[in-house]
Order: sequence, then C-alpha cells, then structure tokens
Amino acid sequence: MSALLEVKAVTKRFGGLTANHNISFDVAENEILSVIGPNGAGKSTLFKMISSFLPTTSGEVLFKGERISNLKPHIVARKGVVRTFQETTIFKSMTVRESVIVAQHLRAKASLAGYFWGSKTALADVAAFGAYADELIDFLGLGDIRNELASNLPQGHLRALGIAIGLATDPTVLLLDEPFAGMNHDETMQMVALVKKVRDDRGVTVLLVEHDMPAVMNISDRIVVLNFGEMIAEGTPTQIQNNEKVIEAYLGSADDEIGV
Amino acid sequence: MLKLTMGQWIGLGVFLAAIFIAVPALIAASGRTDFYFTLTSVALLSIASAGVWLMFYIGRINIGQGAFALIGAYVSAILVTKAGMSFWLTLPIAGLFAAFVAVLIGLPILRLRGVYFAMISLVLTQVVTLTALALPITNGAKGITSIPLPGAISIFGLTLVPDFASMENSRLAFYYTACFLMVLTFAAMYRLVNSRLGHICRSMQQNEELAASIGINIAYIRIVVFAISSFFGGIGGAMFGSIAQSVYPSTFVVTDSVNFMLNCFLGGLGYVFGPMLGTLVLYFGWDLLFESGKYQLLIYSSLLIAAMLVLPNGLLSLRLDMFRRSGK
Ligand SMILES: Nc1ncnc2c1ncn2[C@@H]1O[C@H](COP(=O)(O)OP(=O)(O)OP(=O)(O)O)[C@@H](O)[C@H]1O
Ligand SMILES: [Mg+2]
Repeated sequence: MSALLEVKAVTKRFGGLTANHNISFDVAENEILSVIGPNGAGKSTLFKMISSFLPTTSGEVLFKGERISNLKPHIVARKGVVRTFQETTIFKSMTVRESVIVAQHLRAKASLAGYFWGSKTALADVAAFGAYADELIDFLGLGDIRNELASNLPQGHLRALGIAIGLATDPTVLLLDEPFAGMNHDETMQMVALVKKVRDDRGVTVLLVEHDMPAVMNISDRIVVLNFGEMIAEGTPTQIQNNEKVIEAYLGSADDEIGV
Repeated sequence: MLKLTMGQWIGLGVFLAAIFIAVPALIAASGRTDFYFTLTSVALLSIASAGVWLMFYIGRINIGQGAFALIGAYVSAILVTKAGMSFWLTLPIAGLFAAFVAVLIGLPILRLRGVYFAMISLVLTQVVTLTALALPITNGAKGITSIPLPGAISIFGLTLVPDFASMENSRLAFYYTACFLMVLTFAAMYRLVNSRLGHICRSMQQNEELAASIGINIAYIRIVVFAISSFFGGIGGAMFGSIAQSVYPSTFVVTDSVNFMLNCFLGGLGYVFGPMLGTLVLYFGWDLLFESGKYQLLIYSSLLIAAMLVLPNGLLSLRLDMFRRSGK
C-alpha cells in the first residue's frame, strides 16, 4: 500500500535550537498514528510543519505525492490536511453550532458576494451547512449543547468541539494535538472511542500527539517516538513498549513515565 | 436567510420616518436650519465610522480612516473641478479609489495585529495629508476650492435629482442625500454582518489561526474587509468635500481618524448600528461642551473615559432590542 502522507527528512531549526532533525516516516490511509515524546521533543513543531503553519528548514511533506509543506495553512486545509490545536483553541463567542457552520468554509459553493445578495447557491449552501452541522454535532454527541457558547463549555466538550470544527472541513487527514489533555480516565476513554469512530465511520486518517500512554497504546495502529527533535523509534504499540531507546528516553525524563 | 422580525420592521420604519420626515419638520418649525449642516455631517461621519467598525469586526483597530476620507474627498474634487465630471459619478469612483489604495497598503500592514496595526494606521492620515501638501494636482496647502455643487441626475430626460445649484435649499438636499447614503451603508453593513462574510469576520476576530486551519484565506479576507472599510471612508469624505465645496490637506486630520474609532467604541463594537449612535452622541457632545471654553477637551475626554468604563460594550448595550445584532 502506498503512503497517503510522507514526511521526508524534515528538519526545523529555531536559531540554534534544532526542534526536528531529519524526521522521516509514512502514514497509510485510514491509519491512526501517534507521535509521542517527552515535553519539548518537537511534536507540535512537526505538526505545524505538516499543516504549513511553520515552514520547514529542510525536507518536505508529501500528501498523495504532492508537496504540502512550506505553503499556506488554508491551502493545505483545502487539500484535505487539517490541524486542530494543542491549546483549547476555539471560537469563544460563538455557539457550538455556529462554530461548526463557519468551519464548513471549504464546502461552500457560492461566492462571498452570493451570500451577501442571497443567491440560490448561497441559500442552498446555508441550508446544507446547517444540516451538516447538526449531523456532525449529533455524531460527536454534542447535541445537548449545540446552542451553548463555546466559552461556557467544560474541557471535555471543548476537545470534542475542536474535533467537530476540524471534521467540518471534510478532511482526509486530521492532526490532533493532545486531544486528551486535561481529561480524566473516563473522559479520555470516551474520546478515544470518538476518535476511533471518526476513523472508522468517516474514513479519516488520524495523526495525533498525546502524552497519555494507555490511551496512545489503545488507539494507535503505529507510533512514532521523538526525543530532543530526533526520531528514535517507529512501530506498533507492542514494539514501542519493548523498545530499549524509548524506555530509556522516558525514564530519563522526570515528569513523563511510559505508564504501561 | 435574513428576515427581519416585526419589531425590526417597526424600528426601521420609525427610524426612517424620524430622519426623513420628523427632523426636517422640526427644523422647519424651529427655524434652526443650521442643524441641517450638523446632522448631515453626523450622517457622513457615521458612514466613515461604519468602515472602522467593520475593521474591529476582524479584530483590527483602524485609526486611519481619515486618510481614506481625505483620499475620497480629493479624488471627487479633482474629477469634478479638473475633468468636469458629474459629482454623482465621482462619488463611487472616490470610494473605489480609496478601496484600491487600501488594497495596496493593506497587503503589507494587515499582517500586523493589535497595537502594531493600530500604530501604523495612525500614521496613514498624516501620510495622506503630507502627500496632498506635496502633490501639484491637489494644489498643496491652498487646497481645492469653489467646487461646484452636485448637478442633476437624469435618466432618459427624467430628472431624478435636481441640480443642487438651482435649489433654494441645497442644505436640505444635502441632508437627504447624506441620510440616504447612511441608510444604504448601514443596510449593507447589516446584511454583510449577517451573511457568511460576517461569520468569517467573527471567526477571524476570535482566532485567526483557527480560521486559517479550517481553510479560510485570512490574508484575503483582511484585504477585502479593509477595502470595504476604506470604500466607506472614501464615500463619506467625497460627500463631505462636496458640501463644504472645498478640500484642504487639513479637511481630515489625525483627530478625525481617532474620532471615527471612538464613535465605534462609544456606540458599541458588537452592534452594527453602534457607529451611527456613537457619531451622533460624540458630535453633539463636543458641540454642547463648546460653552465650557478651554475645559472643553478635558471634560469631553473625562466623559468619554467614564462612558467606556461604565459601558464597555458601548451605548447600544443599553439594549435597543430591535437593533441588536441578530444572533444567527
Ligand atoms: N516558534 C518557536 N520559536 C523558537 N523555539 C520554538 C518555537 N516553537 C517551539 N520551539 C522550541 O522547539 C522545541 C520543540 O517544541 P514543541 O512545541 O514542538 O514541543 P512538543 O514536543 O510539542 O512539547 P509539548 O509536549 O510540551 O507540547 C522546544 O524546545 C520549544 O521551546
Ligand atoms: Mg506540543
């Protein structure tokens, strides 16, 4: 099977600091691949380069054989590679439904002027946006809070909203940066099930960064491990758990233990 | 997609009746025809303020609207006096030219956010003033004077708008024209804010990165909005120059740019009609304080600061229900 996404010898330097050094791996279609590593290992930086939020220093990222690195984020999103954010980044003073509607930007057929004048295409779009928003909201179990302001939502719902916003773009690949952060065990397990559902029912390929090891081991088809910007291992959860280098990297850092 | 409620229709009707019928009737009854000039100014300044408000809507504090008003005033004045064009034709051209300049300037400066954009925009007015002083076509400090009044508009021999010069009361004609343009501007703004572009603007105001991640070309939207904003500035300025029948480099100065911004703050950034109310209150407030002589500025500023502290969301947060931004 040929790869859907290829990370090829990607390097990122911030001045003297090398945040990513010569990282290469492939992501297959319909796979859930996790990127793990201690704090500051360069995981978020890697995601930002894949989604063109940051340019690479060298190397490139290919999606369906086409380069998607060193472009603009909205262009990469248009191609189908969409990133969600590590921080709870949402549209604070929009409701859940409004957020999911505005996020369907890439599904719009009418022009901006069309929406202003209320053209036929625009009216059809608006109806379709509403219907699809409701579908996604129900799919992600946010039905009860669809008209709640995002700023009033608890952590768990915020993460789900973040995913809803990402999904509303109809992505081929969704990049989730720490989707389980700040969640307790039960919430995490619900979220794990949700992410799997996104992959299984919607055919979305998922890349995720996570610190929660039980969740990562549970959810991932494959795992890539970074340490100090270097890729030190790649493999299935079982392979990673038994990898000497990985165990060493995690035992070496005080605040992170490979809790398996 | 966008239907007005019963209350909104009534509100609109009352408002239109007030500005087009009640105000002229009151002025005629009281004989205070000087109010025409004041109210016409308010209407035109509120059009320019509407543009600034739209910039707030994408999260940019624009303290440079005076620059675009001045550009609009000069473009119209030059076309009328030098090319002999009809004022009515120069009006949209003035708006479009201001928008065009905004696109050129916007490309580099709209990348800046927060206080950085505000600071740069603050310089724009001065730049245009200095340019007007330097260029031959703008006639330097002497400005462009004796601009003819707007001529008639007629289609197929049918006179829609009579020649302003032939009227015995051109003040009233200017008042009606300004009010008409203001109504048109705010109707367009209302529509825009409640259409998809408005939703996109709101998403960018709240989080540009997230907006980019869902595929919105934020650089493009910023330019579009800045161009619309400056279009309003150009229209307001051109009309202003026509009424004064003259344009000088000092017709719009930095203080005016600051006032355009304050109008929005005072009226309320969350309400489309905020800049209209804000302009009215600030303009009259300033005039009323004229009596207080040298303390005018001090009292004015103190009141303004107090108003913003007490009503951080503007005067319209006092709940004018029918004018509230529809939550759709
Ligand atoms: N814009 C930037 N400028 C300079 N240095 C940066 C920048 N962004 C990240 N870094 C540095 O690059 C390194 C990798 O950061 P990154 O955010 O990718 O780590 P991470 O693996 O996501 O960590 P965490 O698990 O804490 O989220 C860190 O040392 C960080 O300080
Ligand atoms: Mg990170």
